[in-house]
Amino acid sequence: MPSDDVLRDLHRQMVRIRIFEEAMVSVYQEGKTPAFDIAAGPVPGEMHLAAGQEPAAAGVCAHLRPSDAVTATHRPHHVALAHGMDMSRLAAEIFGKDAGLGHGKGGHMHLFDTETNFGCSGIIAEGMPTAVGHALAFKKLGRDDIAVSFFGDGAANQGAFHESLNLAALWNLPVVFVCEDNAWAISVPKDKSTAIPNNSDRGAAYGIPGVLVADNDPVAVYEAAGEAVARARRGGGPSLIEIKTDRLLGHFEGDPQLYRTKEEMDRLRERDAIRAFEGRLVETGALDEAGRDRVWQEARVEVDAAIEFARQSPYPAPESALDHVFA
Amino acid sequence: MAVAAKRLLTTSKAISEAIAEEMERDPTVFVMGEDVGVYGGIFGATEGLLAKFGPDRVMDTPISETAFIGAAVGAAVSGMRPIAELMFVDFFGVCMDQIYNHMAKIHYESGGNVKVPMVLTTAIGGGYSDGAQHSQTLHGLFAHLPGMKVVLPSTPYDAKGLMISAIRDDNPVLYMFHKGIMGLGWMTPNPRATDDVPEEPYTVPIGVADVKREGGDVTIATVSLMVHRALDAAETLAGEGIQAEVLDLRSLVPLDRQAIVDSVHKTHRLLVVDEDYRSFGMSGEVITTAIEGAFDYLDAPPVRLAYPDVPIPYSRPLEHFCLPDAEKIATAARELVGR
Ligand SMILES: Cc1ncc(C[n+]2csc(CCOP(=O)(O)OP(=O)(O)O)c2C)c(N)n1
Repeated sequence: MPSDDVLRDLHRQMVRIRIFEEAMVSVYQEGKTPAFDIAAGPVPGEMHLAAGQEPAAAGVCAHLRPSDAVTATHRPHHVALAHGMDMSRLAAEIFGKDAGLGHGKGGHMHLFDTETNFGCSGIIAEGMPTAVGHALAFKKLGRDDIAVSFFGDGAANQGAFHESLNLAALWNLPVVFVCEDNAWAISVPKDKSTAIPNNSDRGAAYGIPGVLVADNDPVAVYEAAGEAVARARRGGGPSLIEIKTDRLLGHFEGDPQLYRTKEEMDRLRERDAIRAFEGRLVETGALDEAGRDRVWQEARVEVDAAIEFARQSPYPAPESALDHVFA
Repeated sequence: MAVAAKRLLTTSKAISEAIAEEMERDPTVFVMGEDVGVYGGIFGATEGLLAKFGPDRVMDTPISETAFIGAAVGAAVSGMRPIAELMFVDFFGVCMDQIYNHMAKIHYESGGNVKVPMVLTTAIGGGYSDGAQHSQTLHGLFAHLPGMKVVLPSTPYDAKGLMISAIRDDNPVLYMFHKGIMGLGWMTPNPRATDDVPEEPYTVPIGVADVKREGGDVTIATVSLMVHRALDAAETLAGEGIQAEVLDLRSLVPLDRQAIVDSVHKTHRLLVVDEDYRSFGMSGEVITTAIEGAFDYLDAPPVRLAYPDVPIPYSRPLEHFCLPDAEKIATAARELVGR
């Protein structure tokens, strides 16, 4: 069992992610009512939020240093924040502002941060090969940093998943592949898209450990990831971890979710991983009620400040669109 | 005399209706793609089909574009008429081999013996801040590669007729619909995305351009959503006494070169508008066609208004700086006619 300090850190991390994502829900709606228009408001475009999937991000990234490379997906905020990305620069990028990570060029699906060696891609599974490349560079450079690639269950049916696992295994690279199985790929349930129940079993095909974290519990994730990260760092090669997690919101904001029942959505809300974990911490005394409330309050203050920063920041000059095509 | 009531359909409904009618007529037609079932396609192109035809003919796929687009190629060779949907054209990167090395080449490699009668549908276009990986049009890239037809409807009427033609075609057809022409409730409203569409099946021939507005002063040649923008610009210009002819190319392969030449014969001036990247693409091809076929008729060098050669930025002011729009089209047309 991790120390109480670690447990409290995991809790704090998950709470600030949740509050950030919930703030995005309302910011995203600004300018889009009464008639929803995806192009309108301070935050236009697609918005994929990770409320419910905090345990994966918090539990894995707790083992990482800023120099470890992390690649993520179209649903990247939870991982980015857990890996230490500056929340204000993240928010500013989402608002398309000059102070954003990419001066507004990337947007919410294309976040790149040199401070935390973070990158993501909106193309399913395509963050995986680059993670292999980060690991290859670390090995060639003699660094003991590792690479972690987050991806969804849907990505495990892409060629890039299989090619990346094989390459990382073949070259014995320090990569941890983290599959967040939220049971859905947009409207397609996993059992209608994947021939086997657990993607962790696919590790065997490449001779690497495949570990299943069967529920959305940050401690279980933390423990599984601890082993995989240590193994990668000491030169033991890649591993695959699959985490059964919950997507509490739509695939993207504005998703009518006609493909799943209200009962399912209510059930997921009821078993909210943060509330369950928090309850346990209070029960065991790792956290008292005042401490718990303080975590939520502090996270609110942090998120409000980041969003205010993003709101107040200027847009980049329109003609700056032509910059940065080449180095 | 009875006036027939208008049957107003959005472009997305016109497309799904075309597919449904062909599925009823021909049992070998079926649909495959991500979220084409219950969801009805992210952009509505397959709405209602699952309820009508069931999961055997409207198949949700895993996120395995190489496998299911390749499977469409194989199924087409073996007697089916598949319609496969690549959700956004930007995703071609993960499956291009099946598209250009297989779908587009098998007929030729077989010396004409093997046919690949399939439709690959895909969504194109930006303007709503979806960033560099979800906003491209890329029609020029596909049109560059021999062996597949490339179709780009701009209206509900054309969308239905071109879809039926595409399904009946014995060749692979890439059918590219712009998200902004679909008439989706969650996109910026576009009155030109809803129009009168006949209920009974009909075809619009692939390879025949259409003059969407006649005019004698300048030809504005374009495709897809930019046809709407060009029509808006033409209205403004008409108020200033400039008569713009809006030529909707409707397909890039085959390209109706004669229509380009004919229109330039009439107007003596050519403006090409393209939401695709500027260099090595449609704009260059259309202008070359005019120079080859109507050089002596041109009163001014042809002009192109295209997307600059940069990846598509997310931030709204940056994206709109890059995108052609009605105002920029009108400005370019004024300059071209010298006013
Ligand atoms: C190559 C490719 N195909 C399709 C898509 C469209 N798409 C975006 S998210 C998504 C579902 C992804 O499911 P999963 O990997 O399980 O991640 P989740 O959304 O559940 O987090 C799809 C199909 C894409 N972005 N890239």
